[in-house]
Amino acid sequence: MAEVEIKAENLVYAKPRLITDTVMHYCPGCSHGTVHKLIAEVIDEMGLEDKTIAVSPVGCSVLAYNYLDVDWIEAAHGRACAVATAAKRLHPEHMVFTYQGDGDLSAIGTAETIHAAARGENIVTIFINNAIYGMTGGQMSPTTLLGMKTATTPYGRDAKLNGFPYKVADMIAHLDGTTYITRQSVHTPANVRKCKKAIRKAFENALAGNGYSMVEVVATCNSGWKMSPVEANKWMEENLLPVYPLGDIKCTTLPK
Amino acid sequence: MAEKEVRLMKGNEVIAHAAVHCGCDGYFGYPITPQSEVMETLMELKPWETTGMVVLQAESEVSSINMVYGGAATGKKVMTSSSSPGVSLMSEGLSYLAAGQLPCLVVNCQRGGPGLGTIQPSQGDYFQACKGGGHGDYHLIVLAPASVQEMYDFVGLGFDLAFKYRTPAMLLADGAIGQMMEKVVFSEQKPRRTDEQVVEECGSWASCGKGKRKHKNVATSLFLQPDELEALNQKLQATYREIEAHEVRYEEYMCDDADYILVAFGSSARISLAAVDMAREQGIKLGLLRPITLYPFPYAPLKAMAERGVKGFISVELNAGQMVEDVRLAVEGKAPVKHFGAMGGMIFNPESVLEALKSNLIK
Amino acid sequence: MKETIIIAGFGGQGVLSMGKILAYSGVMQDFEVTWMPSYGPEMRGGTANVTVIISDKRISSPIADSYDTAIILNQQSMDKFQSKVKPGGVLIYDTNGITTPPTRTDIEIYTIDAATESARMGQAKMFNTMILGGYLKIKPVVEMEYVMQGLKKSLPERAWKFLPQNEAAINHGAQIIKKVR
Repeated sequence: MAEVEIKAENLVYAKPRLITDTVMHYCPGCSHGTVHKLIAEVIDEMGLEDKTIAVSPVGCSVLAYNYLDVDWIEAAHGRACAVATAAKRLHPEHMVFTYQGDGDLSAIGTAETIHAAARGENIVTIFINNAIYGMTGGQMSPTTLLGMKTATTPYGRDAKLNGFPYKVADMIAHLDGTTYITRQSVHTPANVRKCKKAIRKAFENALAGNGYSMVEVVATCNSGWKMSPVEANKWMEENLLPVYPLGDIKCTTLPK
Repeated sequence: MAEKEVRLMKGNEVIAHAAVHCGCDGYFGYPITPQSEVMETLMELKPWETTGMVVLQAESEVSSINMVYGGAATGKKVMTSSSSPGVSLMSEGLSYLAAGQLPCLVVNCQRGGPGLGTIQPSQGDYFQACKGGGHGDYHLIVLAPASVQEMYDFVGLGFDLAFKYRTPAMLLADGAIGQMMEKVVFSEQKPRRTDEQVVEECGSWASCGKGKRKHKNVATSLFLQPDELEALNQKLQATYREIEAHEVRYEEYMCDDADYILVAFGSSARISLAAVDMAREQGIKLGLLRPITLYPFPYAPLKAMAERGVKGFISVELNAGQMVEDVRLAVEGKAPVKHFGAMGGMIFNPESVLEALKSNLIK
Repeated sequence: MKETIIIAGFGGQGVLSMGKILAYSGVMQDFEVTWMPSYGPEMRGGTANVTVIISDKRISSPIADSYDTAIILNQQSMDKFQSKVKPGGVLIYDTNGITTPPTRTDIEIYTIDAATESARMGQAKMFNTMILGGYLKIKPVVEMEYVMQGLKKSLPERAWKFLPQNEAAINHGAQIIKKVR
């Protein structure tokens, strides 16, 4: 591909410095790439490149470490918050965050997540909630909506058969060790800007030693949902957001 | 320390002291009988106020081992301890630690199994410790302490070996060694490595923040390309061959002229020692080979004994016969190899070991 | 010299700490020692016992099947361990709580009324050191000088203020132990 020189005055948008040149494996229309970009920008803007330890999950974002140019630890399925707990306690000045999907965090990793939050670990969890297991081929996750069709709920999620979905961020917000819990999305430019602010606020919260923060990002999985990216955004607004409404759930300081 | 004070302590307690003294950075654990004194002692010692060591009670053994994984991935000297059922829960993490080539120390103060079993001593986890436990082709360096002093000494040794070969190491103790008190002499306090020293020593692989480094480090056990995973496994296997060539440790007792050999580790080695003394009093030429490293296993000295004409071996274990398979591999059919053991958390006495020798081997 | 002792009674009677004081005393006199407890649910108010071995040589097995001395503090332990005393060995028991006295004739049997005596003196917590004193009178395996050092080493620093009472209890125990046969 021929190099095209762009003059500084014409440059309106660029790949963040900390996003690597590795080609992302995410499906077109997936929210992961956008959230990766926001995290890369926040780390760069806060000058945290040298002292960030990121923890990746098992799931679609298992290879996040290939895309963001900071030190990473790839955790076993669900264990990211335990891994991050030790990394932070052993490197208290560092910025330590986990990046997890709804399968990794709200199913197999429930215990690790809740206890890291309850202990008030000074870490941040970026929680990508698209209500489905993307990587394994679109199975039901704990946050799958009632009636939603997935590979393991081919007739729609039925509460009697499959149980009810639960609201992770709302539940986590009840814990004394958590101080900043927010739910965001990245499906419109305005939401992207809000989400970035939330990520920055969470990072500042962790660095200030103010306990556990979670930024839940309600996200699309157009492949798993079997929709076009545009349809997926619309479906998310109409179906996911009423159950997982956007906005800050908790913003406080640790109890004395 | 001006003089070497002799103290009387439990095996589990000295694990805690040894961790602090050898400059351990972090302990992550979950209570389980018969090893809870390890974390209790650490919490009482409050090393975070002296050496800066982190001590944290996790919500489960699954979490403990993944905290160890997280700490080890940043180049820090971290450990956990548990007992058999807890170690089963940790097996996933041990596989990841081995794959990630992450040094750490895991203490298993074994109790009887399978299942919840009993809280009484056992050596039923030999297979788990030495032959895998978790999934995939990996080994742990396995040290088997047989005294309280060795419980103390092997913490530092375990860490040294783990870092030398970038692999997890395990202390395979049991409820008897953990709960008993014996004399112990402490080593001098080693300072914990500074963050700069950690970077110097482990900076080529540890995910401790990029700092001045240009490239990112990634601790991972995921190698989706078959050739990459093949290469990792080749590297691991090469490391294991190095360990097997250089780190075999064992102790011989009255073996030089022995007609019969007991092979035993940990608390059953202590009982076997008494059996050897009793046999010698009765004019039976009995010796004891005590493996100190269970992996790597001392195949060569056992083979040499068989070749020089030892008439028979008994593997004495608190289990249904696990190490006996390695003794048979070592002896290569050159002499009969029997097993003597107990499985219910019962501990046999020296007399019964001697009886087993007489009824099984001495015709 | 090798002395293998079992101390057995209820949890809470100070069985394990009595064993620890004895073992630490051995350490102070430069002997080899092992202290091997029973442990687990039975400790929670049930029976507890500890095997202490003191020797001038390396101790192989910390676990024994027969004992030179048994110190018995409840009936369950009497039932369990009377038969485990080696012929010619010693059995010491506190009459308090023993309904069926020992019947063996091939061992030396002593009683010590430490429960009653320590309660009478208003020092019920000195019960176990009093019994230790009685034992050491019969079997002076460790010299008293080292026993006092072992006592101090076994106690946490906050309990050092009770050292004089413990010392007195050890001495008193030596006086009140009685030979039955």
